[in-house]
Amino acid sequence: MLYDIWTVFWRDWLVLKRRIGRFILSRMVSPVLYLVAFGWGLGRSIQVNQGSYLDFIVPGIIALNSMNISFNSVGSPLNMSRLYHKTLEEYLIAPIASSSFVIGKVLSGALRGLISSVIIIALAYLFGAHALINSWFLLTLVLNCLVFASMAFVAAMVMNSHEDMANFNTYILLPMSFLCATFFVPDHLPALLRWIIKILPLTHASYALRAIALGGEAPVLSLIIMLAYILTFCGVGIWLMEKVRE
Amino acid sequence: MIQIEKFSKKFGERIAVDGLSLKIAKGEIFGLLGPNGAGKTTTIRVLTMLTRPTAGKIVIDGCEAAHNEGHIKAVIGVVPQHFNLDIDLTPWENLELHGRLHHMLPEVRKQRIGELLKYVELDDRANDMVQKFSGGMKRRLMIARALLHQPKILFLDEPTVGLDPQVRRRLWDLIRRLKNEGLTVLLTTHYIEEAENLCQRVAIMEKGKLIAMDSPIALCQRFGAYVVEWADEEGTKTKFFTDRGEASNFAATLMTTTTLRQTNLEDAFVELTGRKVVG
Repeated sequence: MLYDIWTVFWRDWLVLKRRIGRFILSRMVSPVLYLVAFGWGLGRSIQVNQGSYLDFIVPGIIALNSMNISFNSVGSPLNMSRLYHKTLEEYLIAPIASSSFVIGKVLSGALRGLISSVIIIALAYLFGAHALINSWFLLTLVLNCLVFASMAFVAAMVMNSHEDMANFNTYILLPMSFLCATFFVPDHLPALLRWIIKILPLTHASYALRAIALGGEAPVLSLIIMLAYILTFCGVGIWLMEKVRE
Repeated sequence: MIQIEKFSKKFGERIAVDGLSLKIAKGEIFGLLGPNGAGKTTTIRVLTMLTRPTAGKIVIDGCEAAHNEGHIKAVIGVVPQHFNLDIDLTPWENLELHGRLHHMLPEVRKQRIGELLKYVELDDRANDMVQKFSGGMKRRLMIARALLHQPKILFLDEPTVGLDPQVRRRLWDLIRRLKNEGLTVLLTTHYIEEAENLCQRVAIMEKGKLIAMDSPIALCQRFGAYVVEWADEEGTKTKFFTDRGEASNFAATLMTTTTLRQTNLEDAFVELTGRKVVG
């Protein structure tokens, strides 16, 4: 089983290795824009909880960026592989367990999310942000990457066209990236909206990352909720891999 | 080697395969023929564990599919109809991925990949990107991939669709060579001459049902060894004869251009399925 997980991961690593330069460069674009627009531009005049706005949004940007990269590293390619290239069949025909495939894919998506997060952290320091990065911070980040890589796996298995996949991005990921405590604290929103936001996984990632970065306690409950999301999505993913043969 | 008993597959209300039973012996090249939508690909997908049957029993290499999927997956090689190579990888990497998925030891894997790339004459292109390959090269690479883990049974779904005649003949030679090495081959095709050329036995399917199963020669002779073909206002007509003399006499009575020839599998096929296949 471990060997099969490694095989699935190895294939993605091979592809990433070939494109690593392009991957890193393209991943720098949107965080730089966020940092410039919200950190330097808009953020100069804003104070949040006696700190600079830049320090406030860096954890949010890391959360939303690791979400996007982890999701898109798994979602689109897997969707294409299932519907268009049919390369998924190569794995379905092979004597490996569905769970190995799911775990391998989710891990490789998470790795890409982590690499891009490292890039943002480096950029944020260059922009003059102050953040405390310790092992709790890394743990939260890894969990966030796993949440969205596994969510992408489920989406890719359910969505039946490339267009639906893009719609999933527009209707689910895009609202989350703005509302889930990434750029502001959603305390002043209407109660119903606040409750919805509280259920969403990215909110927990932003809260936890921010709390840790500002030197506070790690909110263990948020981490547990993220873990629950990961296990649920992976479970559904394995079930979908079995169902694909019906 | 392959034993199918009363196998059916339904997709919702639509019946794709209806009560199919057949046996394929070790070392046989068996052809599955039929018009588009007859259920050939569904049959292959079920035999290769990509789809589960709605009813019936499937035994491959002595193992029942319902209980022993893992063993079956290890002894079959599959070349699907569509090109499903990983275009982000080189041929060597495609094969290495396959070898890893089949738990081959690194030394054995390396040696087999080298051998097979040579076998399908792609060894000089081992490190190019698959994306740039022509249809024939992709098909050969897919066959190499299917053979890498030394399967006992090879499934080929429409192996020569869209290939040049030369490449097609080379593939036929390759398939015959594999048979001589003891491999069991099941192929689907709607090129009748492909089945005639390669297969010891063929099964003809229509609308999910098996309508005939025999050697190509026996199928040809079922309606008569000779055929007279002519065209009138309604289109092409054929009539079968067991005796050449009779056929010749009949042809003499017709006032249009006629052809008298030996029956081929296509005549038998059209007679059985009642429609002309595209091919």
